[in-house]
Amino acid sequence: MKIMRPLGAVGVVVSAALVLAACGSDPAASNSDSGSNSAAPAATGTAQVDCGGKSPLSGEGSTAQNNAVEIFKLQYGKKCDGQQVNYTASGSGAGVKQFNGNQVDFGGSDSPVTDADLAAATKRCASPAWNIPLVVGPVAVGYHLSGVDKLTLTPTVIAKIFNGGIKNWNDPAIKAVKGNESLNLPDKPIQVVSRSDESGTTDNFQKYLGAAAKDVWTQGAGKKFAGGVGNGAQGSNGVASTVKGADGSITYVEGAFAKDGVTPALIDSGSGGVALSAENVAKSLDSAKFLNEGSNDLALDLNGIYASNTPGAYPLLLTTYEIVCSKYSNPDVAKAVKAFLTVSATDGQQPLSDKGYVPIPQSLQDKVLTAVKAIS
Amino acid sequence: MSEPPWTRTPTGDTGGRSSSAQAFPEDPISDNPASPAPSVPPESTKPKKVRAGDRIFQNLTTGAGIAIVALIGLIGLFLVIQAIPALQSDKVNFLFNHGWSTNDPDNMAFGIADLAEVTVATSVVALIIAMPISLGIALFLTQYAPAKLARPFAYIVDLLAAVPSIIFGLWGILVFAPAIEPFSQWVNDTFSWFPLFAPGNVQPNVRGTIFTAGIVLAVMILPIITSLSREVFERTPTAHIEGALALGATRWEVIRTTVLPFGKAGYVGASMLGLGRALGETIALAVILLIPQGRNFDWSVFDGGATFASKIAANYSEFNNPTSAGAYIAAGLVLFVLTFLVNFAARAIIAKKGD
Repeated sequence: MKIMRPLGAVGVVVSAALVLAACGSDPAASNSDSGSNSAAPAATGTAQVDCGGKSPLSGEGSTAQNNAVEIFKLQYGKKCDGQQVNYTASGSGAGVKQFNGNQVDFGGSDSPVTDADLAAATKRCASPAWNIPLVVGPVAVGYHLSGVDKLTLTPTVIAKIFNGGIKNWNDPAIKAVKGNESLNLPDKPIQVVSRSDESGTTDNFQKYLGAAAKDVWTQGAGKKFAGGVGNGAQGSNGVASTVKGADGSITYVEGAFAKDGVTPALIDSGSGGVALSAENVAKSLDSAKFLNEGSNDLALDLNGIYASNTPGAYPLLLTTYEIVCSKYSNPDVAKAVKAFLTVSATDGQQPLSDKGYVPIPQSLQDKVLTAVKAIS
Repeated sequence: MSEPPWTRTPTGDTGGRSSSAQAFPEDPISDNPASPAPSVPPESTKPKKVRAGDRIFQNLTTGAGIAIVALIGLIGLFLVIQAIPALQSDKVNFLFNHGWSTNDPDNMAFGIADLAEVTVATSVVALIIAMPISLGIALFLTQYAPAKLARPFAYIVDLLAAVPSIIFGLWGILVFAPAIEPFSQWVNDTFSWFPLFAPGNVQPNVRGTIFTAGIVLAVMILPIITSLSREVFERTPTAHIEGALALGATRWEVIRTTVLPFGKAGYVGASMLGLGRALGETIALAVILLIPQGRNFDWSVFDGGATFASKIAANYSEFNNPTSAGAYIAAGLVLFVLTFLVNFAARAIIAKKGD
């Protein structure tokens, strides 16, 4: 119940204020007038930071959060004069490996560290290792279909499109989705475009389909697209430009790339179509549960988010985590890690929306700051 | 080892060097003790005196020579060692299977057939386009262009080689492919009865195809073929050309009867070096080629697919598991051998003509 209290989503207001001034009338934001807004540390985006400790701090891992970490570094340098962080974007697996091998001070990963890796991390730290979610990015189901500028899809329909169950745009299943009744869907083959390289986006998208449409999506998850239809293109930019160039195509891509001819579809998880927007993503995170409820290991239960049908919540998102020790053997390192993560969770969040990420909502930010404070 | 007399240094050399001189017959600095230097008797009375500079320089060059051979050997060894565990756990035939599934390290099934076919197809398309154009440029530069024009023109062609391949790739997919799309579509529609131009496996997309990739690749290998052919054609003996002219040959007849026969082997060799470059081209192809899901290469130039190098490049960032990574390294090993053979053949052809 603790997480229900700050559901007021001040973070929503923060991001909304930044992106769109007119969002106050949005139903997602309207239930946030519950009063806790004024006390929000996120409102100004600043926090008390105890600067100092090891510099430069070293981190390694996920490429998906590289742009975000660049922002965090910048803000950290502003807040704590002369303090630096070196982050090597070498992939999540490499990041976890380096962290567990005691080569870097923190790891970055686009999925939480669990099981055997968590055991190795705990061994390296000689204390529990924690996953701290700091970067949230929505994934769009982006399409290009002339004459159709507002398309709503259900998880089941998405899964069928991406595994070949639905091959044509005029398939009755697409027409039957609420909100599409009036659309004039052409008789045109659907060109599915996926990522040809291994990618955390693909992994999360397939996990989403596995959770939200588990009867239809039997292909499993993984960093390689397993749908078996369509064509693969290289990188987010590659899929976006391929979709842009081909009428009748559809793909999944980070939210920031769904523009200029790649239209993000609304997702209807059972409570009506939800558009991809910062506040709708934040709403999903507000109702999120954690794998280890009550601990400071903040690994999110993404499957819960994916399968939920909270009205107005956009479920298709990915988070990256910083992997840290709850207790560092070197207090200097602990001090710098705490300072860096504190800045990242506060001052670092708002500029993220320029890069296509979504600032973490108040509810999550509170938890992150509590966890960071507990690092020693 | 037949050594022209002028390579003998007047200071003479000592017998102690003979073994190294034999081992590196190309080294023009070392002398052959078997042919004594009769003109300098005072030196021969106090042998074993080698100048330090000579010795150091020889050792340096020898070291450089050995280092590159050792490096290539070590690369080959590294590839083999890394590839073996993956090959052992491969559930299907590595050479002839078309699928590529390495997600589950305990259950890998991967084969290089598709990669090999796409690699060869893109390179051959590139070669078919680049060879005649290069020949034309090289002949123009050596036979037709005025000297004032030829030199800057040659520089410009060489400049093409300095453009990074990612630039070619992005230009190819963002600018060139949309521009050529109507033509590609027309070829595809008109000649679809011919297997090579049959509708591809990335249908209805005709942008990210081997056709587009091959043309871009052709531009990329133009400079190497052109500049090597130009060098060869330039060496056509003047006496031959003048002889042909004296017999009343036209420009074209001169080229046909002297320049081309003389330079043919060099031109073929140059093209094969270009082929070697095309086979190994990575990022431009990774950017251009679409990769069809669940459909294999079917010998149409409108197919998509992955080459050895582009496959590795697209997936290297997530090499977390050594066994899965080994599968890619095994593919790299095949490319290594393939490129080596092509380059070897190219050198052999050029060297044969050199005699």
